[in-house]
Amino acid sequence: MNPTTTPIESAVLPEVARLEQSASAATNVLAIAGVVIREMYRRKDFYVLFVLTALITLVMGSVTFFNQDNIVRYLKEICLFLIWGASLVITITTAARQIPAEREQRTLFPLLAKPVTRSQFVIGKFFGCWFASGLSLVLFYVFFGVVAGAREHEWPVLNYFQAMTLHWFLLGIVCALTVLGSIVFAAPSSTSTITLIVSVGILLIGRHLNKVALRLEEPGQTLLYAVYFAIPHLELFDVRDLIVHNWSLIPWGVWAGALSYGAAYSAIFLALACLLFRRKAIN
Amino acid sequence: MSDAILKTENLRVEYRTREVGQEVKRALKGLNLAVRAGEVFGFLGPNGAGKTTTMNVLLGFVNATAGDAWLFGVNVREPVARQRIGYLPEQTYYYKFLTAEELLRFYAKIFRVPKSEIEQRIDGVLKLVDLDHARKRQIKTYSKGMQQRVGLAQALINNPDLLILDEPTSGLDPVGRMKVREIILRLKNEGKTVFFSSHELGEVETICDRVAILTQGELKVEGKVNELVELYQQRNLEQVFLKIIGYHESHHDAHRIRRAA
Repeated sequence: MNPTTTPIESAVLPEVARLEQSASAATNVLAIAGVVIREMYRRKDFYVLFVLTALITLVMGSVTFFNQDNIVRYLKEICLFLIWGASLVITITTAARQIPAEREQRTLFPLLAKPVTRSQFVIGKFFGCWFASGLSLVLFYVFFGVVAGAREHEWPVLNYFQAMTLHWFLLGIVCALTVLGSIVFAAPSSTSTITLIVSVGILLIGRHLNKVALRLEEPGQTLLYAVYFAIPHLELFDVRDLIVHNWSLIPWGVWAGALSYGAAYSAIFLALACLLFRRKAIN
Repeated sequence: MSDAILKTENLRVEYRTREVGQEVKRALKGLNLAVRAGEVFGFLGPNGAGKTTTMNVLLGFVNATAGDAWLFGVNVREPVARQRIGYLPEQTYYYKFLTAEELLRFYAKIFRVPKSEIEQRIDGVLKLVDLDHARKRQIKTYSKGMQQRVGLAQALINNPDLLILDEPTSGLDPVGRMKVREIILRLKNEGKTVFFSSHELGEVETICDRVAILTQGELKVEGKVNELVELYQQRNLEQVFLKIIGYHESHHDAHRIRRAA
């Protein structure tokens, strides 16, 4: 302690230092995230996916089949499926290349030579990818909502809000998982493929694992149960029916609980990624 | 040495390879180094001597196997030790999709340069490195010399007290080299400390106050250029360097072998 400080100052100074440290960490994370977002909108792959999805949505929106409601719902389902596919591809490919590209192009070195911790770097990359996927999601949903609303003359804005936020938090889990994968696997292509398979696998069969486990002998049963309880249940975030069938809103408490569940899984994957990256030799 | 702003003490770095039976590679063998405030310090050695490893430890990229290193009295394991330094890598590695202005703004934010000062700093460093005209162009459109200069600009954006330059003139044309040399001398006149590695010994002789020569991970000599030239009774720093790394002996051996043949 500095001998010239008063007792009040000495009590306040560590608090001030801690606050300054947190502010500095947040600034670093946001600055790194900003670069990721800038990179995404300067790359062409996002525009290609958006234009393709938009074109298909427009073509489907213009089709009429004897004014049947079921057909419109079916078309909405296909368009939402496309949005889900495109958002998963954008998120996974963006997140998978971030850290390997920094290492390969060696941009990591001038950055880490500055007062940035490795954890701040990983978290910044995560937030950059997550915000970027959120921005693309807003664009997709607004476009789809306008086309669907113009056809149905209904504007269930809150349904769209709940579906989109849940979708975004699901992308948060996928993004954190991909960032973790990009530290484990060297090639972005391996990370992308493995994360895509795992994410789609969980979405399709995650909810059925407990039923399959019941039919297995020990120790298979316990193992599969453990997997069932350990994996993030991405299917909980899939509320496309809310938009397709204009169902009533999910209770806000349940919605907030699902978001917290997503945030917790993202935090776990991110903590693991930070831990691994801190131990990794980068020379 | 109390006023040393860069200091290493018994710094040892060993690399282990994954192959079974492979020996441990000792990149640094107990390096003791002290660089004082305001001096231009040349860090010399042949390829593989351990210069880059030392810089990697100072910048926190590699953890030392043993020993310690400090910048401004703060252990290099703490990221805050890098708050007052500027680093220019040997080759330019920057986000090529950003413009020079955006890159500098990004780094200024990391250094927490006050918002009111950021634009002023960017203007200053871009003028200093003569890139003001290209500030709004993406870095991918820059020539090699321009990329090296944007590297120097990013190293100066936080107005550092210590600059660590890894072969700053490598691959530059004579005009580019002269510009970098001018900038280093200007920084020296401003009282900044510069720690740099280079293979351009003539250049080192011109601008360095002191030099250290490293070979095979060991510090061989450290001192003022003229004192070393005198001590080793050579004509210039290049001759001293060649003598210290043992080039003369092997050269004479080769000469003898040629004559015998």
